[in-house]
Amino acid sequence: MAKYLMLKHYRGGRPAANAVPMDQLTPDEWAAHVQYMLDMEERLLASGELVSSEGLSMGGAWVRFDGEGRPPVVDGPFAETKDLIAGWMLIEVDSYQRALDLASELSAAPWAGGTPLGEWLELREVMSAPPAEVG
Amino acid sequence: MGPATALRRAIPEVVGILVRRGADFASAEDAVQTALVRALERPILGGVRDVRAWLVTVAWRAFLDQVRSDTARAAREERLAQEPERGLVPQHDDTLGLYFLCTHPVLTSTSAIALTLRAVAGLTTRQIADAFLVPEATMAQRISRAKQRLVGIPLDQPGDLSRVVRVLYLLFNEGYSGEIDIAAEAVRVTRQLAALTDEPEVAGLLALMLLHHARRPARVIGGRLVPLAEQDRSLWDVDAITEGVAILQSALARDRLGQYQAQAAIAALHADAPTAAETDWVQIVEWYDELLVFGDSPVIRLGRAVAIGEADGPRAGLAALDLVGDDVPRYHAALAYLQERSGATDAAAAEYAEAARLATSILEQEHLLRQAQRLSQSRDTIADDR
Repeated sequence: MAKYLMLKHYRGGRPAANAVPMDQLTPDEWAAHVQYMLDMEERLLASGELVSSEGLSMGGAWVRFDGEGRPPVVDGPFAETKDLIAGWMLIEVDSYQRALDLASELSAAPWAGGTPLGEWLELREVMSAPPAEVG
Repeated sequence: MGPATALRRAIPEVVGILVRRGADFASAEDAVQTALVRALERPILGGVRDVRAWLVTVAWRAFLDQVRSDTARAAREERLAQEPERGLVPQHDDTLGLYFLCTHPVLTSTSAIALTLRAVAGLTTRQIADAFLVPEATMAQRISRAKQRLVGIPLDQPGDLSRVVRVLYLLFNEGYSGEIDIAAEAVRVTRQLAALTDEPEVAGLLALMLLHHARRPARVIGGRLVPLAEQDRSLWDVDAITEGVAILQSALARDRLGQYQAQAAIAALHADAPTAAETDWVQIVEWYDELLVFGDSPVIRLGRAVAIGEADGPRAGLAALDLVGDDVPRYHAALAYLQERSGATDAAAAEYAEAARLATSILEQEHLLRQAQRLSQSRDTIADDR
């Protein structure tokens, strides 16, 4: 039993199977894409596997500590940054295989022309407490 | 024992009694939970002499309320309402049946863990959700879905004890410690199970839990994981060790060895050693060999390789580790440890760093990074001396 984070990216990593840019999707195609994720969330809640699920806005800021007593340095998202996280689903599942299956399902959300997006999802295990045998 | 503890202990029995009176498992479990929440919310238990009888009465009433609110079951209500109340003599088979049901093969282990905590340990859904850091709604769904899967499976079926033991072991190893001490709950329900059955493996699991639990006060000091060899053994819980060893010895005397007894024997050998240096590693290796008889697994081979490294020297340990795949959890940590002891400091530092990169717990990661750093620093010091 472990928690996994499934990270979606607006951009970054390798191109998706269905490489039509987001701004060229019709409203219906976009709605179908979002609905697919909402349905999946609902299924994961019903199966008792959903921990949290959120989407992130595209705009954002880069913030840095710039020394005691000085205002933090804030920069817009750098144009040269390749990676932009779009959102996440955090799940708690029985096995790594189950996490793989769900990540693959999330990656298959419909995109342009109703075919699966096939985006690259980042799957990361969440840190937990060490089991009793350790120490 | 306070009334709240007595109440929680009575839960599996009371669910069994309700089922014998004609309630289905899911409704009985719900009703007992409702009664429990009611009891814990209001200080009404002070004057209650027989907590179990009180819980049966209140839970049965809650169950009838549930049935009454469900008009489709009106006919059944008639039948149930007219039935004379049977005695309160708990039948230990009912409680045992509850363990079988909560760990039934139709459930995933995650669901089995959740249901066992609720129906056997008597925790509320909120407490279980808090312990596993998931939303209450998710945990409620996990439990209700598990109960749905069990519809139609009777409580009095003989079940698979080895599966019960495996789920309780997983539960103990979850290792979270929130407001509810899940490990302590695991010990409690295992102790209860050990009283219901004379299966030596159940006793073996209880012994294993007690022996691991005994080391807990020494495991994490100042937010840092302290490896077994460096623990302050005066912090170990002597009573838990004494009890664990006694339970294990009487289990072993029955001559039906199993993997949990063998694992407990290894834990007992660690507990027996006044200092890490006095650990009987030769005997520990023998117990690992016994463990392999019950199922060859890379995790066991990894533990065995480390034990061989202690018993016969690091080179022998490294040779034994060659038979283990590098994808086994903690492989790189074990390799680093043996390499360092064999004098290969640079390789060990790199392996510790790799182990830290792959760690899935913050405490272990921090410990492994410190080892990597220690070795890199000692190397720099040696270089400076030249």
